[in-house]
Amino acid sequence: MKYIDEYRQQELAQGLAREIQRTVTRPWVLMEVCGGQTHSIVKYGLDHLLPKEVELVHGPGCPVCVTPLEMIDRAQAIARRPDVIFCSFGDMLRVPGSESDLLILKSRGADVRVVYSPLDCLKIARANPDKKVVFFAIGFETTAPANAMSVWQARQEGLRNFSILVSHVLVPPAMEAILQSPDNRVQGFLGPGHVCTVVGYEEYEPIAAKYHVPIVVTGFEPLDLLQGTLMALRQLEAGKAEVENEYPRVVKREGNRVAQDLVGKVFEVCDRAWRGVGTIPQSGYRLRDAFRDYDAEHLFQVGSIKTQESPICISGLVLRGVKKPHDCPAFGKECTPQHPLGATMVSAEGACAAYYTYGRHLHMKPAAAGKAKELEVAHS
Amino acid sequence: MSTTSAPEHEPTAPGPAKAARGVDVGALLGSCPVPIMDHKEVVLAHGSGGKLTHQLITRMVLPQFRNEFLEPLHDGAVFSVNGSRLAFSTDSYVVKPIFFPGGDIGKLAVHGTVNDLAMCGARPLYLSVGFILEEGLPMDDLWRVIRSMQEAAAQAGVALVTGDTKVVDRGKGDQIFINTSGIGLVPPGVRIHPSRARVGDKVLINGPIAVHGIAIMSVREGLEFESEITSDTAPLNGLVEAMLKACPDMHVLRDPTRGGVTSALAEIAEQAKVGIRLEETRIPLSEAVKGACEILGLDPLYVANEGKVLAIVPAEAADAVLAAMRNHPLGRDAALIGEVVDDHPGLVTMKTTVGGSRVVDMLSGEQLPRIC
Amino acid sequence: MCLAVPGKVLEIERNPEGVRMAKANFGGIVKSVCLEYTPEVVPGDYVLVHVGFALSKVDEEEAARTYEILREMNQLAELEEGETEPLAAAPAKGGAS
Repeated sequence: MKYIDEYRQQELAQGLAREIQRTVTRPWVLMEVCGGQTHSIVKYGLDHLLPKEVELVHGPGCPVCVTPLEMIDRAQAIARRPDVIFCSFGDMLRVPGSESDLLILKSRGADVRVVYSPLDCLKIARANPDKKVVFFAIGFETTAPANAMSVWQARQEGLRNFSILVSHVLVPPAMEAILQSPDNRVQGFLGPGHVCTVVGYEEYEPIAAKYHVPIVVTGFEPLDLLQGTLMALRQLEAGKAEVENEYPRVVKREGNRVAQDLVGKVFEVCDRAWRGVGTIPQSGYRLRDAFRDYDAEHLFQVGSIKTQESPICISGLVLRGVKKPHDCPAFGKECTPQHPLGATMVSAEGACAAYYTYGRHLHMKPAAAGKAKELEVAHS
Repeated sequence: MSTTSAPEHEPTAPGPAKAARGVDVGALLGSCPVPIMDHKEVVLAHGSGGKLTHQLITRMVLPQFRNEFLEPLHDGAVFSVNGSRLAFSTDSYVVKPIFFPGGDIGKLAVHGTVNDLAMCGARPLYLSVGFILEEGLPMDDLWRVIRSMQEAAAQAGVALVTGDTKVVDRGKGDQIFINTSGIGLVPPGVRIHPSRARVGDKVLINGPIAVHGIAIMSVREGLEFESEITSDTAPLNGLVEAMLKACPDMHVLRDPTRGGVTSALAEIAEQAKVGIRLEETRIPLSEAVKGACEILGLDPLYVANEGKVLAIVPAEAADAVLAAMRNHPLGRDAALIGEVVDDHPGLVTMKTTVGGSRVVDMLSGEQLPRIC
Repeated sequence: MCLAVPGKVLEIERNPEGVRMAKANFGGIVKSVCLEYTPEVVPGDYVLVHVGFALSKVDEEEAARTYEILREMNQLAELEEGETEPLAAAPAKGGAS
């Protein structure tokens, strides 16, 4: 496949790994922001191609992981209603709420459907005028244009039975929250390539300057991630702190103005709670008042939602890069993708889930790995 | 598990259920607790071939029916009757849509049991079929399915010798469910068993992966293909016969259906207590299937296959088996995709296209498309 | 959160609701994508698609330039290490790293 295969080429990956080895003179801690990047790194085993001095910590760029428990419970309360067709991206279906998950609700008769695009929901709404179609609109800035368009289009058509439940989050405030934290170890960032395709990277320049950290906007293929890492390390070795673009084939400094325009018409910035981190001011989107009649949070009164997080979960520390998944005593034992205790294990993008699924054998000593496998089989 | 080969004696009546590790079988009738605590109800994931299916079988079914023929949890059971070794297998089909590019539910049902028998090293002989029909199923559709089964059985060289038909109320059954069961003869000297995988063995496959699952998805999701992706469903008994001729001491055969290549190999690794290491660059995958997986956010290693067989063969026989496969119409693109290792027993790992390493783990349920 | 895939735009049309859409080819499979956010795109262009929406045209020159930098760097690295084999397109032999 063009623009994919070339960026997975082994020889060039080895070449980049060698160049990284040559560049590094001392330890550095880098964070890749986006969950898709974490997924790619662990899936291709990229962190094992890097020298020991380079530590990659995984950031909070997983909207599935950071969606607050309260919002998940709210989604499930809406999905349970017999007059609702609840639509969601596949990612959210197995995320456990306080009691259940959407897939289990589906097995009990709720009309829960996986969609690939928010526009699919409009088709469903047109075809089912007697039902209320609700779309779970989660995501970073990358997905906002699609979600905005679904609402915009619904209004154009006068569709009355469509609404979205919004849990959008923004990257820069999360990065700042990490950088402001007293136990922060991150010295440089691989910036979120597809978020920046939409919003550009102008807003990262003040962050790089204020905190003196290099930020390299990076793609998602193995060669992109290795090259982005190299660029960030070169800056760190040279004492620089600039915003660079590793992904110019789709990212421009100003981003996609047409998309930004529509997003601005439909959404406005608001405070958002991040699971495992807490409320970060001005870190999310909500629908503007003009689109209140498309806002599922207002349309469906589901009562107050009481939630309870696990006390042993250290998701917050993992999301901020302070701890690694295998630092957690529950990792691989009480907490697995089959029974996740917290944010970072619930989705395939979460750092803990990614480590568990793709890389745990390399982090555990052989005896421990064997023992963990036994425990897993016994508990399964 | 201590058995290393299929037993060569008259089958004895199964003894009292022995307690499986970690499961309280509760000998007292009427106060027997349900072993699985995590789910109070059956969920779709219990049928997807991954961890939950495995859990359901090993914690609920196996302990109740414990016997040496069931233990291997292989595609079929092998036992002796009057000196001949027979293989016996069953499979049920609930696929939707019932007609898809390259086949239909009937064809799948015939191939499925023929292949399960072939995976035991057996020559498939006789099939039974059970139909559960939903009231309202168009007669034309039923006729198409039956004709398709007849063609498939003829092509595979098996006879449908007995069957049953039931009809349920409209809304109580999804158009048509089919069960097929089958009996075959295992030639002397052939001993296929998941626990026979040995360190040093090579892992082979007869062609590109993920085709069937994507063909089904393409209908469900309304994807168009430049050249249509058709299901690779096929009877594998002829191919397996050729492979066994090249290597009578075949160690393991498995068809990677639901749960994909991953589930099949993970189960074998766990039962044989060996590690399996794959090489991503060697795994055959067509451009179109790859494109579909990229768009849908699916990993081809977890997508269902039909018409595909994984073989674990002694290293010295690998070349001969590969040659035999490539000589057969169903094995033209056969490839050596990995080997059995003594690192990480029970786990499957893979060397990735860029030279890194990762674990290839069983999913707990159906793989869901992702946007992240 | 950002699974986006590049595809080649085949033909452009407006759907019944008036939205600008295209058929795009992703390595052999054709899917419908929304082009409202990439008004400048014409058939033959490559676009980056996320959840059914084209977010950006793929700049083929930039792609080529980035890729060339990678290849040059790899060739240079091999020369410096004293290897004399030309850069091959096939995956690296052995476990060299």
